[in-house]
Amino acid sequence: MTTNKRLSSSPAGRIPGNVTPGGALDVSGLPSYAFGPRSLMWWGTLGVIAIEATVFAMMVATYFYLRSQAPGWPLGVQPPLLVWGTVNTLILLASVVPNHFTKHAAESHDLAGVRLGMCLCILFALAFLVVRIFEFRSLNVAWDANAYGSAVWTLLGLHTVHLVTDFADSLVLAVLMFTGPLEGRRFVDVAENAMYWDFVVFAWLPIYAVIYWAPRF
Amino acid sequence: MTRRSQASVKRTAPAAGAAALLEQTWRDPPGLVGWLSAINHKSIGRRFIVSAFGFFVAGGLLAATMRLQLARPDNHLVGPDLYNQIFTLHGTTMMFLFAVPVMQAMAVYLVPLMIGARSTAFPRMTAYAFWMYLFGGLMIFAAFLLGMGPDAGWFSYVPLAGPDYGPGKRNDFWAQLITFTEVSGLLISIDIITTVLRLRAPGMTFARIPLFVWAMLVTAFMIIFAMPAVMLGSTMLIMDRLVSTHFFNYAEGGDVLLWQHLFWFFGHPEVYFIFIPGLGFMSAIIATFARRPVFGYPAMVMSIMATSFLAFGLWVHHMFATNVPELGKAFFTAMSMMIAVPTATQIFCWIATLATGRVNFRTPLLFVLGFFFILVIGGLTGLMLGSVPIDLQVHDTYFVVAHLHYVLIGGAVFPLFGAWYYWFPKITGRMMDERLGKWNFWLFFAGFNVAFYPMHHLGLAGMPRRVYTYPADMGWGPLNLLSTVGAVTIAVSVLLFIVNAVRSRRHGAIATDNPWGASSLEWAAASPPAAYNFLAPPVVGGREPLWEASKDVGAPTYVTGLALDVREALATTPLDARPDHRYIFPQPSIWPFVSAVATTIMFIASIFSPWAIVWGSLLVAVPVTAWFWPKRAETEKHLALEKRP
Repeated sequence: MTTNKRLSSSPAGRIPGNVTPGGALDVSGLPSYAFGPRSLMWWGTLGVIAIEATVFAMMVATYFYLRSQAPGWPLGVQPPLLVWGTVNTLILLASVVPNHFTKHAAESHDLAGVRLGMCLCILFALAFLVVRIFEFRSLNVAWDANAYGSAVWTLLGLHTVHLVTDFADSLVLAVLMFTGPLEGRRFVDVAENAMYWDFVVFAWLPIYAVIYWAPRF
Repeated sequence: MTRRSQASVKRTAPAAGAAALLEQTWRDPPGLVGWLSAINHKSIGRRFIVSAFGFFVAGGLLAATMRLQLARPDNHLVGPDLYNQIFTLHGTTMMFLFAVPVMQAMAVYLVPLMIGARSTAFPRMTAYAFWMYLFGGLMIFAAFLLGMGPDAGWFSYVPLAGPDYGPGKRNDFWAQLITFTEVSGLLISIDIITTVLRLRAPGMTFARIPLFVWAMLVTAFMIIFAMPAVMLGSTMLIMDRLVSTHFFNYAEGGDVLLWQHLFWFFGHPEVYFIFIPGLGFMSAIIATFARRPVFGYPAMVMSIMATSFLAFGLWVHHMFATNVPELGKAFFTAMSMMIAVPTATQIFCWIATLATGRVNFRTPLLFVLGFFFILVIGGLTGLMLGSVPIDLQVHDTYFVVAHLHYVLIGGAVFPLFGAWYYWFPKITGRMMDERLGKWNFWLFFAGFNVAFYPMHHLGLAGMPRRVYTYPADMGWGPLNLLSTVGAVTIAVSVLLFIVNAVRSRRHGAIATDNPWGASSLEWAAASPPAAYNFLAPPVVGGREPLWEASKDVGAPTYVTGLALDVREALATTPLDARPDHRYIFPQPSIWPFVSAVATTIMFIASIFSPWAIVWGSLLVAVPVTAWFWPKRAETEKHLALEKRP
């Protein structure tokens, strides 16, 4: 914390740290890791999020492009059933609670809290993966029926890939938090895993609206 | 002269024996397994550059074959089917396996050195991205040699590339190649962005970033927002072909123009992520050989950014011959004209730099001057093609072929060859031969114009692109023969380059650390650089660190306090590059290579069975988990250095 203060209070144009003018800048007193935007991996994760958000946006644009070319929508089939998609939206939103609990535990180096939080998150992940199967079954169209079917299956499929990878990432990380070897930086990994989890949840909201509500209007 | 002698970075040794210890810490492990485990950005960068050059030569040989076929009318050296595969693979190779990756490869090698860092931000990911790129490229050439080369052109338009008109596996290989190269390109982009934002030397604020690094940073951002479009498009294409989706099938509500939108939303920015790094090379080389900083640094940076934004508003100008609404086309014409403004701004800044500098005519500068001549012609034909009526007249003719080669070879390949001559001494420790270099340049320059200038006339005379032969009474024979003579001349010049590089690597004059008297930080490292790049990581006090004294009064000149026996480096803040924390980099590992092999198996198998995605994911999950899993011994070392934030 003292280092932090020194960093933020140093005057503009001057370089913080133990300075010998014209000589060495001694950085041995700086922390060996940091959370949030101070962490390198946070930027890497943000890059992945930017790419995947662009993919989702392109797929949504494709959906509406195909709709703009179609005589009617959804191309002679019924819209998807609302129930399972809505249930899963609620589960996903609820998972934000244990996810943020985990994130805060990680940021305060609370190993027991991290273990508990990650186990809860994995239970939520199992729940939304199971419900996702019912979602696919309630789309009322096959992927090879027409272009509408191809678009909704791809949209739901893309998001499901993210649920699966997020589940796998979290599982590996959770096991590591129980078995070790552990060091402070692993808490940063947990915090960044939580950040990615948030992305997967909040990216779902526009996709949910497109898959389940767009064909009704 | 005085400017250069006042080097602000002193290379003072922090402690005796430190160099040997650092070398041992940062070098790649020995042996074959060690070679496959390498993660040092210079090893990966070198392999990446050499592989990309290999694909350039392969793509060039394909082009030479086409030129021999077209040298005279009614020629039967190559049949129509093979010709289709050759032009498709030529374009695909040059765009996806050479032009974009080679720029990223140069960045992987140079960016950490230019910003005073010891590594790229995610060195294992850099290695994985390189292997993915290499395996994807080898796959497409293997398919070609087995007679299964893609044959629908490098932009693979549907319905020609779709299931109805493109039977067999040819276009599936094309679609998967896109997946390979996009995975690689996107990961390298994340790597470069994080490297530039977080690993700059203390004091290298945003206003002091070298222009080449700016160019690569902006390019990386463009790639992140453009490449997903083609990745999604090629996935739709392969799904249409393999699992009967209907994205591009008109009969079931699909749309063929959807493919063109997705492809060119990526494809036009792609031109700029080939071109903008070329602009970065230009700025680095011109400053050094004009012996003064580039005129108008803020204008240069703003121009690069403006170009990158405008590049996303141009894609429909590739689709003027479709039924896109006319008002929409007018917008894209206006944007196409507007992008000339930032490009011209940069050209004027370079001219001002050269006019007010003391110009040193060496080979790298010759290639740069070649850029001015060739790119301006390509830019002028670009303005012509940006107008809808002219485009409709010459669409899909050799006029377009001439234009795109003037832009891409003039805008990117000439600066790139200049860059190779320029940084060769840094990478190998030896100078390239100047006499051979001048032959290389003049043969390339003359051969290029002889090969491509006549194509403008051929296009206006109505010769369509992508025809494998033509009848004699069309009158296209003489200009085609002339063009082939030019192509052979280019081949000779590239051969001279290879001879020069191979000979100079062993027998060239020994290079000093800063043989050209340049200003940026990579020239403060040894030639070739040590595994750790800088014995004492520099602190930067100005835009031209090797030419001027530090502008930060009382500031230190180098960093100490980093571990010697662990890969530890300083992370700085994104905007001001203030010291933030000590960052420990990973050790070399075989797992990125194994993960790339597993991913390759999954991608290729999925061409033959969609279930490969399912079992392939499990196959990939194992090495990726092993890659992530920390080792106990390393964790012990980290704990010894640990200090909580």
